[in-house]
Amino acid sequence: MEVNEQIAIDHGLKKEEFSKICDLLKRKPNLTELGIFSAMWNEHCSYKSSRLHLKKLNTKGKKVIQGPGENAGVIDIEDDDAIVFKIESHNHPSFIEPYQGAATGVGGIMRDVFTMGARPIANLNSIHFGSPQHPKTKNLLRGVVKGIGGYGNCMGIPTVGGQTTFDESYNGNILVNAMTLGLVNKNKIFYSKAAGINKPVIYVGSKTGRDGIHGASMASAIFDDKIEEKKPTVQVGDPFTEKLLLEACLELMAGKSIISIQDMGAAGLTSSSIEMASKGNLGIELNLNKVPCREEKMTPYEIMLSESQERMLIVLENGKEAEAKKIFDKWNLDFAVIGKTTDTKKIELFFDNNKVAEIPINILAENAPVYDRKWKKTKLPQKIKFNKDDFKKLKITEVLKKILSLPNISSKEWIWQQYDHTVMGDTIQKPGSDSGVVRVHGTNKAVATSVDSSAVYCYAHPLTGGKQVVCESWRNLISCGSKPIAITNCLNFGNPEKEKNMGEFVECVEGINEASKFLDYPVVSGNVSFYNETKDKGIKPTPAIGGVGLIKDYKKMITMSLKNNENLILVIGKTEGHLDQSIFAINILNEKKGPPPVVNLFNEKNNGVTVLKLMGEGLINSAHDVSLGGIITAVSKMAIKGKKGFKLNKLKVLMNKFDYYFGEDQGRYVIEIEPNNLSKVKNILKDNSVHYDEIGIVTENEIIVDKEPILHIDELIESNKNWLEHYMDK
Amino acid sequence: MKSSVIIFPGSNCDRDMDVALKKFGFKNQMVWHNDPEIPKSDLIVLPGGFSYGDYLRCGSIAAKSKIIKSVIDFANSGGLVIGICNGFQILIETGLLPGALLTNKYLKFICKNVFVKLNKDESKYFKNIKKNVLELHIAHNDGNYFCSKDEVKSLEDNNQIAVNYCGQNGEVTEQFNPNGSINNIAGIFNKNKNIIGMMPHPERMIDKCLSSNDGNFFFENLIQNLK
Repeated sequence: MEVNEQIAIDHGLKKEEFSKICDLLKRKPNLTELGIFSAMWNEHCSYKSSRLHLKKLNTKGKKVIQGPGENAGVIDIEDDDAIVFKIESHNHPSFIEPYQGAATGVGGIMRDVFTMGARPIANLNSIHFGSPQHPKTKNLLRGVVKGIGGYGNCMGIPTVGGQTTFDESYNGNILVNAMTLGLVNKNKIFYSKAAGINKPVIYVGSKTGRDGIHGASMASAIFDDKIEEKKPTVQVGDPFTEKLLLEACLELMAGKSIISIQDMGAAGLTSSSIEMASKGNLGIELNLNKVPCREEKMTPYEIMLSESQERMLIVLENGKEAEAKKIFDKWNLDFAVIGKTTDTKKIELFFDNNKVAEIPINILAENAPVYDRKWKKTKLPQKIKFNKDDFKKLKITEVLKKILSLPNISSKEWIWQQYDHTVMGDTIQKPGSDSGVVRVHGTNKAVATSVDSSAVYCYAHPLTGGKQVVCESWRNLISCGSKPIAITNCLNFGNPEKEKNMGEFVECVEGINEASKFLDYPVVSGNVSFYNETKDKGIKPTPAIGGVGLIKDYKKMITMSLKNNENLILVIGKTEGHLDQSIFAINILNEKKGPPPVVNLFNEKNNGVTVLKLMGEGLINSAHDVSLGGIITAVSKMAIKGKKGFKLNKLKVLMNKFDYYFGEDQGRYVIEIEPNNLSKVKNILKDNSVHYDEIGIVTENEIIVDKEPILHIDELIESNKNWLEHYMDK
Repeated sequence: MKSSVIIFPGSNCDRDMDVALKKFGFKNQMVWHNDPEIPKSDLIVLPGGFSYGDYLRCGSIAAKSKIIKSVIDFANSGGLVIGICNGFQILIETGLLPGALLTNKYLKFICKNVFVKLNKDESKYFKNIKKNVLELHIAHNDGNYFCSKDEVKSLEDNNQIAVNYCGQNGEVTEQFNPNGSINNIAGIFNKNKNIIGMMPHPERMIDKCLSSNDGNFFFENLIQNLK
């Protein structure tokens, strides 16, 4: 078939991009070559709209061993141990086929991590669905949760945390972001950069089928009514094979035969081979007849573009083939020498003794298009003047019960009970906490990890929202007693060709960057997902931030459950009563306008560091960060976890009590301390100029607020637990 | 005391079991499914996981693997064999234990702490455990134990029901049945009580910081009774 402009456009390339290809090649590409270009130059692989802005991100730090640009980021957690981690989106496939889409998202991110020589030790996910009333939501949620569980459970990697939200902006475009942490010896990390000429290129893992062809291009397209027709482009996962692949790769990595290794993720064999060659400034030659195929008569085009899962490409040292093959035979996996590295700096493909493609690598990689897209700033909305008289008819405890049972606040136990969160025997803080915590096997250390996003704030004001979500991640890690080290980000946005959406992206990234710099909390890996748009309607900007922190002695870990009667409850950080964009304003008052809470990075850092200091002194019995729903929601969640009650003091500040209890000011924590430690705690807080309020005490099981009717903790537990269970099963 | 943990392709609780056995003094060895025989052992454990990807039916392919003949011979000669979770499914597929493990009642994977009541009468597995009820952990999709009424009767007559799901105080009622198992059965013995298969994972509960350390009772008793 002769390639022309229309065929290029059908491959998702723009007219100008096609003429650029012809100019660079000095000829028209053939179909296989066009397929390769479309895979490498789509948004998903080339980051063409985002690259200029991502370059500005703060990616360096004392603990960073590897920043963005590799399969995953790597950070130092001392004693030669390192954590490899990354988050990635699988949004489009999950909307079309929720089970397989979510499952292969989890499979893909785990491969990114073990490609670097790390054994995965924890999974997390950030999943976002349309309104609960939308007819598709329930099935999508059920399928995604089953898919995530199906893959992670079979692999035997605990899923220790996550986040689920509902918002109508995801009605036609759900988000499924999967994150994995792996543990590796910092002297035994594997990279994708090939080195040396005439080294054998090895294909291992599953056979190649016709599934997922053009998956990466699909991920870069806008949805329309015909989206169901794209079902065949969704990959099918086989966690069993991936488990074997994991064990076989780690076994091979224990020796010294691997020069470089790269998993076949988006754009399969195309992007993995080109990436290895490009990083090593080499050429690569592949004989496609040698590629193990699952289906008959696959063409070079199909072989190069298949996104069949559970496959890896390895450049081996010469003469190590037999030794390596033995390992893959043991694990019953395909092993084939399919080519070699060359000095031509080209990718050359052979099939049935013919050369079927020849493209200089630099054209595909460095010369890929980069766009400086136009973008529009989002103005800070005017503050809302709330009519405080409206509050008079409300009761704090009634509002509280209502908030605890909202879809976005209610317990997600229905979800995480379907994920194996205890396998590997090191999970010391389970899902449903501020962070998931896993021990570093066989040591006294533990790693805390969480994933956060705040689409409502980011939509109202992207710059503030970007900052806020990094701060929330930092707070979540601190709340369990860990020192935050670094983050990974999954940037889910609408159509970058629209100025508003592009502006949301640019400003969120700017916000993330600002907070990341100030908190010395660098970005070490990530992924961008654009075109989250259906029929012209984009999602709210949803950057998801995955954070990782270290607890040096896991016995000193803090949990959020209230512990002992009569202990004091303190709020760390100043409460101004910011109601705009709060759960209270949106869900109780039905007021959706106004700016998100201000982020003061100085206070954020100072408060966090001081809380860690208190924890280090052993003065804190439980802690939780204040986020959605304000102080009283935070205290209630601590009470629910600990099956305790609480009694709130009469407010000492001159502020409306609804502002005080439901305001979502940033940089705050709720802590529980023993009464006899109060003066020590006060001194440390004063020495560090940290504002605090004593707000109440822990009780056996009663919730006492002013003169309102007393609640029993069981009522709060019920309110919090029931919504999702009823929604899904009853 | 020597123990052997068999690794099938897809096993994923093999390491956890190895850690637990060693913690309580076993000299444990890992045995690959393709090995011709099992080294001399006082105890064989079939660990949890997804042997052969749960393809065909959970445990069915593992029950036909090369090593399994040695496991059956060992069991038939009175050797102690434990199957946890997928290991229980495999024991059922080999025919060493009766019944079937169906998909959970609500068709969902369940991962949570449960209380189980121990049958301490005859077997070495629980004999000297001080408690009657342990808090253990389940993590499975297919743990809904089923067998015919006659078989239930035969299990009861022969005192083969090893563990039942129950409340904190040992109440064996439907309310505490997580997966629809008949009579809340969480695990069973063979007639001779040298084989036990159970869905709960004691090996995940061996440290206070793991939300329960009741698994310790199981392993401490096991090594004591084997000495």
